[in-house]
Amino acid sequence: MKHLFPHAITMQNDILHATLETIYMTTISALVAGLIGLAIGLVLTLTQPGGIAEDRIFYNILDKIVNLLRSIPFIILLAIISPLTSFLVGTTVGTTAALVPLVVGIFPFYARQIQITLQEVGPGVIEAAQSMGLNNIEIVYRVFLREGLADIIRVTTLTIISLIGLTTMAGAVGAGGLGNVAISIGYARFQNDVTFVCMVILLAMVFAIQFIGDQMANYFTKF
Amino acid sequence: MARKVGVSMEDARQTIIKLQDTVVTFKRKNDLITAVDHVSLEIKRGEIFGIIGYSGAGKSTLIRLINHLQLPTSGKVIVDGDVLEDLEQRQFQAMRKKIGMIFQHFNLMNSRTVLNNVEFPLLGEKLSKSERRAKGMDLLQLVGLTEMADAFPTQLSGGQKQRVAIARALANNPDILVSDEATSALDPKTTLSILKLLQHLNRQLGVTIVLITHEIQVIQTICNRVAVMEQGKIIEQGNVTEVFRRPKKQLTREFIDTSINIQEALSRIQKNNDRQKIYFLKFVGETTNQVVVTEMAQKFNISANILFANVDQIDNLTVGVMILDLHGSEVNAGIDFLRDQSVEVEEVVKRVDI
Repeated sequence: MKHLFPHAITMQNDILHATLETIYMTTISALVAGLIGLAIGLVLTLTQPGGIAEDRIFYNILDKIVNLLRSIPFIILLAIISPLTSFLVGTTVGTTAALVPLVVGIFPFYARQIQITLQEVGPGVIEAAQSMGLNNIEIVYRVFLREGLADIIRVTTLTIISLIGLTTMAGAVGAGGLGNVAISIGYARFQNDVTFVCMVILLAMVFAIQFIGDQMANYFTKF
Repeated sequence: MARKVGVSMEDARQTIIKLQDTVVTFKRKNDLITAVDHVSLEIKRGEIFGIIGYSGAGKSTLIRLINHLQLPTSGKVIVDGDVLEDLEQRQFQAMRKKIGMIFQHFNLMNSRTVLNNVEFPLLGEKLSKSERRAKGMDLLQLVGLTEMADAFPTQLSGGQKQRVAIARALANNPDILVSDEATSALDPKTTLSILKLLQHLNRQLGVTIVLITHEIQVIQTICNRVAVMEQGKIIEQGNVTEVFRRPKKQLTREFIDTSINIQEALSRIQKNNDRQKIYFLKFVGETTNQVVVTEMAQKFNISANILFANVDQIDNLTVGVMILDLHGSEVNAGIDFLRDQSVEVEEVVKRVDI
């Protein structure tokens, strides 16, 4: 072990700490972006042409905003929203500061995924629910979220995995976590074994999330 | 607020749905499409009312006026005395609960079990879980599917899915059941069993049924009254018996002809035969065809060769058609005799263009 991972062994505690930072950034930003993205995805679904609360003007504006935010490369987004970050968090470095760009970076992606997923819920089922006298809010949580649940879990898994990728990028510019260790120590100091260990830990996280997500989605798939 | 339209008690009991000069138009790009064109209809409580027409005739739009899934551009929709345009959103939703609806593609929720699908309309009601369950099982019993309660819709056949959909539509004890081509995706045998179920529910529960279809068999099997729709207009309506006996419009005749496969027989006969005297006979009501034809053959010494015959029961009325190849010197006198017996006779060659 000492031969294979000479530097990583001595940095065990740092790597553990970085892992926890990555988990922290991923979890908090997933929760916040998840709620924002789900809400916006639902609003997009309801207001889109043919939706149950169709509103072309509102939809077009929201749709463009989501597209715009999705088009900004994350590394640029990190820099460009630093004033917002320092306004909200008081600083632009550290794991908590990274939450702001992470949320802004991932929620439009998630919102779009949710919208695409909910489009799969057939118009016939929606019409049936309307014919039973359900209002739009009831249709959202009894039909859309219920019928779309398995697919929502699938896109959530996908989104969390993308988010882990973003945390490492944020890490490289001062947010800490495994990305930071891999780049600023492993890469910058030519300690390739450190980078390798970071990658293995990240892969393990991704596989674990994928596995849990698949199991849950399969459980809720009834057809 | 809703207001009850000023109708006498008797009228209110009689008429449950009234459309007054309703128009629905859609804007498609620069075109204005009139889906429902000044339609007036009255549907009586407890009857089975059928609307027939080809696709694109405006049937689906018309039927959605009844539960206000479609708003009229102009005209009035009155259901059970309530003018729908006067209702507030909340009242609509309450009123829609009194109108069950079933669909061509069933529209069940795949993520819920059969029982949960049936219970679904009751989720907003103040019922305990066990009460809801009991009600759901009762409804499944009504449609004969209790053993499938815990299955998921994807495990069911088309006919079973429609039974579940019917049970679901009845969950709120509706006064009206609206059927949007409910049997169009089913095979003939299953269609018949679903129609029999609807008829049974109509008789047992007294639920008024409004259905749309493009199949005349559906009309003749269960409907009391029928409206024929073409290009957004009701071109003919009345008791099924009356309309079948004396169709006024070409389209109606076409639909009736399809029910007895007469078109197919005619074109086959016209193609394959160059006989001189082929006649098309139509019997309605009490006239029993066999006897009349035999009598004519004997009386006028005519040899009658039956090329096609079909007898059908339509709402307790016998409708029969026959295509005969007649030979003899007194064929014309024989024809006159048939006409005297109130049989409609036409020479087939005249109908070549159909």
